[in-house]
Parts: sequence; C-alpha cells; structure tokens
Amino acid sequence: MKALLTITLTSLLTLNLAFAQTPEERGLEIAIESDKRDTGFSDQRAEMLMTLRNATGKETTRKVRVKTLEVDGDGDKSISIFDQPRDVKGTAFLSYTHSTKPDDQWLFLPALKRVKRIASRNKSGPFMGSEFSFEDITSFEVDKYTYKYLHDEEIDGKASFVIEQFPAYDASGYTRRIVWVDQEIYQPLKVEFYDRKNSLLKTLTFHEYQQYLDRYWRADRQEMINHQSKKSTTLKFDNYQFQTGLTDRDFDQNSLKRSR
Amino acid sequence: MSRVFTYLLLGLLVQQPLLAEGSAPDSTKNPIEISGSAALEFRYFPQQALSTEQSDSNFSFSLQPEFYRSWNDGKNSLLFTPFIRVDRNDSERTHADIRELVYENVSNNWELRAGIGKVFWGTTESQHLVDIINQTDLIENTDTEDKLGQPLINLALIRPTGTLDLFVLPGFRERTFAGNEGRLRNIPAVDTGNPIYESSAEEKHVDWALRWSQTLNNWDVGLSHFSGTSREPLFITNSDGSALIPVYNLIDQTGLDIQTYQGNWLLKLEAISRSGQGARFSALITGVEYTVVGVLNSPIDVGWIAEYLFDDRKENALTPFEDDYLIGARITLNDEQSSELLFGVIQDASSDSRLFTLEASRRIGQSWKVDLESRWFSNVQPSEIIFSLRRDDYIQLTLSKFF
Repeated sequence: MKALLTITLTSLLTLNLAFAQTPEERGLEIAIESDKRDTGFSDQRAEMLMTLRNATGKETTRKVRVKTLEVDGDGDKSISIFDQPRDVKGTAFLSYTHSTKPDDQWLFLPALKRVKRIASRNKSGPFMGSEFSFEDITSFEVDKYTYKYLHDEEIDGKASFVIEQFPAYDASGYTRRIVWVDQEIYQPLKVEFYDRKNSLLKTLTFHEYQQYLDRYWRADRQEMINHQSKKSTTLKFDNYQFQTGLTDRDFDQNSLKRSR
Repeated sequence: MSRVFTYLLLGLLVQQPLLAEGSAPDSTKNPIEISGSAALEFRYFPQQALSTEQSDSNFSFSLQPEFYRSWNDGKNSLLFTPFIRVDRNDSERTHADIRELVYENVSNNWELRAGIGKVFWGTTESQHLVDIINQTDLIENTDTEDKLGQPLINLALIRPTGTLDLFVLPGFRERTFAGNEGRLRNIPAVDTGNPIYESSAEEKHVDWALRWSQTLNNWDVGLSHFSGTSREPLFITNSDGSALIPVYNLIDQTGLDIQTYQGNWLLKLEAISRSGQGARFSALITGVEYTVVGVLNSPIDVGWIAEYLFDDRKENALTPFEDDYLIGARITLNDEQSSELLFGVIQDASSDSRLFTLEASRRIGQSWKVDLESRWFSNVQPSEIIFSLRRDDYIQLTLSKFF
C-alpha cells in the first residue's frame, strides 16, 4: 500500500515536473539542443545544385558553391559563388547573418567588378528565382525565433518533435513556421511555412541525412514545394567538407572580388 | 607593359605552375577554366543622323573569352580576358583589347596583382565619379561602364583598420571615341590619332593611386587619391575645325565613396575634388535606393532609385550632369529567366533637357540572354556637351551566348 502510494506520488511528481515546463520553454529547449549539437564545425564548403520546376514541370538548373564560417555569438558568414547559368557565372553573394538585427549582404557583379551592398530587409525575396527565399537559406540561430512546442509525431518512421516557430526578426515573409525535428539527430525533417495571411505557403522536406566528422548531420537533398504557385525547387548538395581552414579573411570584400 | 612580360604571363597560364607548394602539381586538378560570351548587337536610330556619313542602323559582333587558372589552393592565379568587336559601319568601333591579363598572389594580410587589370570604385548608379583606374571604352557604350584593360601593379594591405590598396600604373590608355561613320559621337568627331599630353612622357607617364576602404557594420567607406594622366580629356578644335583633339592633362583627384543602409533604404555618395584641368573643381553624386519586395503578393521586386548630380564647374563641366536629378526604377521579376527591367530619366535642374534610359534583359534557356537597351535625348540644349547626340536616340537589341 505504502509502496503503491509512493509510486503514485512519484509519477504524479514527474507529471507535474513535465507540466511545469511551458510549451514555449520546451520549444526553446529543443532549439537550443539543436543549435548545441551543430556547434563547432568551424567552417564548411559544399556544392549545391538547384533544380527549379515551374507549374507545368519545366525544369531549369543553377549551380552554386557555398562556403560558410561559423561565428561565435553571432550568425554565420557565408559566400555563395554562382557557376550556372553561365550568364551569372562569377557572381558572388556575401552575407553576414545576424540573429535579430538585419544581415549585412553584398553582391559582386563580375562584369563591372563592382561590389554592391544589398538592403537586407528583403529577406522574403526569392533566392535566384527559386522557391527558397533569402531567409530560408541563412543559418539557423536560436534568437531568430520564439518557440512553441506542439506535440510529438512520427513522420516517415521517425519520432519527431513538432514545434511552432515565430520569426523574431523584422520583415519576414512568414507569420510562423511549423518544424518537425528528428528526436534522434535534432535536425529538421519537415518545415511548413505560413505566409503573412497565415495560410500555408510552402513545405520543405529534408532527405538523405549524412553524418560528418562523427557529429554534424547534413541533408543531401531538400525539396521545397510552393502550394500557392505550384512551383517547386530541389536542392542537392555534394562534396561537403568541414574544418577546411577558412577564416574571416575568406569572407571579406577582397575575397568576394576574387570569388570564382 | 613590355611585350616580354605579356608573353611571360600567357606562358604561366598554359604551363605547369612552377611555384605550387605542398602536394605535387597536378595539371588535371588545375586545368585552365575557359568561359566567356559572344554577342550579336543590333542598333536602330529612328531619327536621321546629323552627318551624312552616319547610318540609321548598325550590326556588330563581339567576343570575350576568359581563361583562368589557379594553383596553390587558389592563392595564385592567372586570368586572361581578351576582347574583340567587329562593327559593320564604324571602323573605330571594330577594335580589340586585353581586358585582363593579370597574375594574382594572395596571402593572409596582403594581395598582389600585376599585369593588365580592371578595378572599380564607386557606389552610385547614374554616373561613376570616383572610378578612375581604368580608361573608359566609350565607343562600346555611352554609359561609360565598359573599360579598357589598365597596366598595373596593385598591392593590397589588409589590416583590421581597413584595406589599403597601392597602385602603380605604368602606361596610359587613350579613351575610345566613335569614328566618322559611327553614331553617338560629337560633331565634329574626335580625332584619336593626335592626342595632346601635358606630360612629356606622353602615354608612358607612370601614374599612381591609393585607396583606403573599410567596412564597419552597415557602412562601406572608401577614400582614394589618384595622381597622373586624366582619363577624362579636355578637347580643342583642330586648325580647320574638322575634328576635336583630346587633351590629357596631369591631374590629382581625391575621391570619397560611401554606401550604407537603413531598413529598405540604401544610401549612396560619391564625391571628388580634382586639380590640373584648369581651376580645382568638385563634383558629387548622392542618392538613395528603396526596394519594395514582393509587390502585390507576387515575387516581383521594385527598387526605386533617386540621385542628385552636381559639378561646381556648372556649364563648363565636361559632363552633361552638372546639376541634374535621376529618377529610376528597377523591376526584378525573380523568375527562372531572371527577367529585369531598369528605367531611368536624368533631368537637368535648370532646363527641360532629359535623358531617358531603358534596359531590360531575360535569359533564354540555360546559356542565352537577350538584352534590350534604349536611350532617348530630349530637349538637349545647344549649350550642353551632349548637343551633338540630340538625334541619336536608339534602340539596341543584343543576343548573347555564354559558354
């Protein structure tokens, strides 16, 4: 009897502890864990093939090389170098991501050898005519969103946390995102994007996760579907390299002008 | 730049790199990358030309391949970009140039470039005041954005306090001008055969320049100084008044260029002060660009551009833009074909003189592109430097193949 009571009390206590955490706290906790597990890669390089599909299924492709530098206590720095289509070959995009204040962005135009600053509030604009907007391709930072844990759900046989994320930065094209986070690797499996009118705009799914350096998980393929325009974009990543010795110097305007 | 040096650089491009460090040189790993473009251009002038030598339409073909090779993990590289244009009417416009033939060595806190290069300084859209290293290949386009390759040695010192670029510029390139059969030229035409130089070394005068630039948060600032032969000539009429002779003075020019942003606003400034061409003068362009993203819930962006252009030489300025405004709009469709349209009008503040510009482009398939360009000169006053262009409104269609 006494033992049973103890057990009941203990389980009640556990239940209470679980309830003591609000959905907001739980969502934030998962975001912090995701961020923590992805910290320390220092730099990465990858080749990206974008396939753009219009509503009738007609395809066009773009090739971009992306270098990323992890920055302590701030958003990542990245440089994207366009190889295809050929008319934009040599065009390069430099970005210093920040969590809540506007990103710093520059575009290098090779024909004029000109570096042009971009007003970075255009986060919601499309990246290279694709269904990915600038805000979709910048690095994940905990402070960029506020969170609300919804429930657990299994998707494609994987247990996941379902979390609502609300942009904390200005000029987002979204009211909220719903993210399915893999409970094992703490990486997103699926993201739903809700537009400014709060209707479903796009769905992004992540495929073929691979682990690098025994720690960092990267999806080889991402599929973005726009439900309103019926267009879609596939991103395929190749040749991931980590800790290649990139420094701040590789992400300054001198380097931007030399990008090829 | 001696011919020997040119051959030496070209030799480096095709041969096994001698200085590769670390792993053994592997030519299959560092092949020459070849890219570039070929373009067919058609120009139509709706108004009858001022001179009977000039035509109402023109065809032209240009080719600009690019050969690039890098080694030592990209720290050393060589770039060769020749250019050639063949023009149906204007023999002056049929011309070739080495846009770039430059060796580059990059280290952590310095960069060295030597050869024939191209450098751009500036922030504004209507005109480029501060930009001075390269001569303008004006015969290509009156927008002054095409440049001739400049012999140079450039050492960039990269410090936390900014980048200091030092330039030695051995050798001067003359500005190109349309010939007698070409449109978009002065009446009488410019005689490029007999330029007058202030320096006794003429086109062999060695110029120098330096520029400090720094990025601090959302500010990009550049401060520059150039000392040497002016890229922009003055003109005198020849003895029988049949041609203009360019006069290239020795000048000193200090320049300042700034770009920054506040929200959706980009703020830009270019200012120069120049001595050596008569009295010292100053000129300034300042303006804003405001972008509206996703117009009417579409993927279309509209960027509004407004600039003010000022030159304290007033009517004596070498530029038609001595007290003018630019109002323009850039429409970006953000579609798969990267369709874009830029429309602008430069309006003189004290007369009805206007210059309209329209530029539109669209990719076709994966490697073709079509460009439409049009300029219209409206109410140009006899006192203005572009009075000779008053009947040279044109529509230009360019089809380019990229490889």
